[in-house]
Amino acid sequence: MGSLQLQAVRKSFGKVDVLQGIDLDVADGEFVVFVGPSGCGKSTLLRIIAGLDEQTSGNLRIDGKVMNGVPPAKRGIAMVFQSYALYPHLTVAKNMGLALAQEGMLQAAINTRVAAASALLRLDALLDRRPAELSGGQRQRVAIGRAIVRQPSLFLFDEPLSNLDAALRVGTRIEIAKLHRQLGATMVYVTHDQIEAMTLADRIVVMNAGVIEQVGRPIDLYNRPATLFVAGFIGSPTMNFIGGADAARVNATTIGVRPEHLRVAPEGDWIGQVSHAEHLGADTMLYVEVPEIGLVTARILGDVVHDVGDRVGLTPQSGKIHRFDADGRAITP
Amino acid sequence: MTFPASPMRMPLARAAVHAVLLLYTALCLGPVLLVVMNSFKTRASIFSAPLSLPGPGSFDLVGYMTVIGQGVFLNYFVNSLIVTVGSIAAVLLFGAMAAFALSEYRFRGNRALGLFLALGIMVPIRLGTVAILDMMVASRLVNTHLALILIYTAQGLPIAVFILSEFMAGVSKDLKDAGRIDGLSEYTIFARLVLPLVRPAIATVAVFTMIPIWNDLWFPLIVAPGEATKTVTLGAQVFIGQFVTNWNAVLAALSLAILPVLLLYLMFSRQLIRGITAGAVK
Repeated sequence: MGSLQLQAVRKSFGKVDVLQGIDLDVADGEFVVFVGPSGCGKSTLLRIIAGLDEQTSGNLRIDGKVMNGVPPAKRGIAMVFQSYALYPHLTVAKNMGLALAQEGMLQAAINTRVAAASALLRLDALLDRRPAELSGGQRQRVAIGRAIVRQPSLFLFDEPLSNLDAALRVGTRIEIAKLHRQLGATMVYVTHDQIEAMTLADRIVVMNAGVIEQVGRPIDLYNRPATLFVAGFIGSPTMNFIGGADAARVNATTIGVRPEHLRVAPEGDWIGQVSHAEHLGADTMLYVEVPEIGLVTARILGDVVHDVGDRVGLTPQSGKIHRFDADGRAITP
Repeated sequence: MTFPASPMRMPLARAAVHAVLLLYTALCLGPVLLVVMNSFKTRASIFSAPLSLPGPGSFDLVGYMTVIGQGVFLNYFVNSLIVTVGSIAAVLLFGAMAAFALSEYRFRGNRALGLFLALGIMVPIRLGTVAILDMMVASRLVNTHLALILIYTAQGLPIAVFILSEFMAGVSKDLKDAGRIDGLSEYTIFARLVLPLVRPAIATVAVFTMIPIWNDLWFPLIVAPGEATKTVTLGAQVFIGQFVTNWNAVLAALSLAILPVLLLYLMFSRQLIRGITAGAVK
């Protein structure tokens, strides 16, 4: 149990409209990721779902029940914060059990729940420690454990991996994905990192400037971005956008080609000079300065030797060109 | 490219820094030392050689005998303690609560209210002495501990609210939100999460509030000069006469008056040091 419905949710701070009418349905057991640049309103939306902020207008339902104005503790949610937000003066076990104690649950029942959660997250050895005695990764696991013991219908994650170093981030990401499979719970996850979004989500919600740009499966957003913004935001390195005559030839204002969909040969549709090359081993990024178009990025599998100043030709693979109209909307064939 | 050597590396500069610091220490401690030193001497040697240490010829406890012999002096100490501790408690309680509200909640007039409270830092409370005395007379509070506690609370609150709200704004917002999601009431969040984290700031405020109250002569003299409510600083004045001053007793009383405030200070500064729970909220 744990569906979520948002209907025309708006939020204004004074005269600034942070959210301009959000409609979204999240099904039970789904993993949904809100992604977007900073200031797009994704964190505000999560705080509204949590009940930490109140929407200016619109309806919010969790499990079918209207939750407008209901305090956070009564919404059946649990939240994991970017800064972990563990209670510094309580042990790990007390940190995890506090919410249950607050609900008036018996100590024996609390202990059972804490034990189950700590077994799942390998925290058994740490239960008597205080947060100050834990590493960053351990703290984040405790924060996740604190959410699990409440058995909420909805898990909320607010950029939970941003404070971890790169290696730990990948490990914890996999752990969260596993956790979602094991618990089968509904999860809403906010991040600005599109890799996290692509790897974790059942569905991604791309937000920009207070509106939802597109909702869909990660691979659909990659293959069929609905707007220029989504096209540029999903995928790394970012898509090449080309306007002018090349776009006009296919009846578009702008066309987009992903770096991995460009063929590099001595001749091609666009001829340019290599201005920079990055050799990552598994693949090579070529930054090619093409006259009248500008800098175009091409991604070649394997290690290919191209020197700065080399003349190369670039040709987009057929069927891999995205076309956009003057409003930045995708033109579907 | 060369870097200028750090001043601490050069012995000459280092000596200069220490000389300045030592001079300052001497300036601060000198008068206190003089009071304590002379309180152990005979009246004659206080006048003949005020700068010399008490020796076999000049050592005398007559000042302390006089002070302790006057039984009421213990009462003065108790009065001072009641007033000081009561005022600190009120300043910290109300100051912390006001600071939490100002830093945590967004409401109309928040900034204006904060500014209004900060105004009290700039306007000395003694300007209102006449009005305060009028109020105290009207409410029949003259010659009570409560009168002094009320005045000192008003005097201490502005700086307390100012300092504490800055510190409370620095407490992780996520931590308070986590408490809300876990079902803690706003009072519990204030008392159990925020207060322990700003303990160093509270100790600082306590020290800053305490010292001027303990040392104050003005308000005890005006609103509570009665025998039952006299504070130590006021009590010491009984030995200062128009024609004859019992210097032994005055100096002994002042030396004794340092002790309780020193103890309180040590208590709070220990809090200051051990209160920091760093690293719990990154």
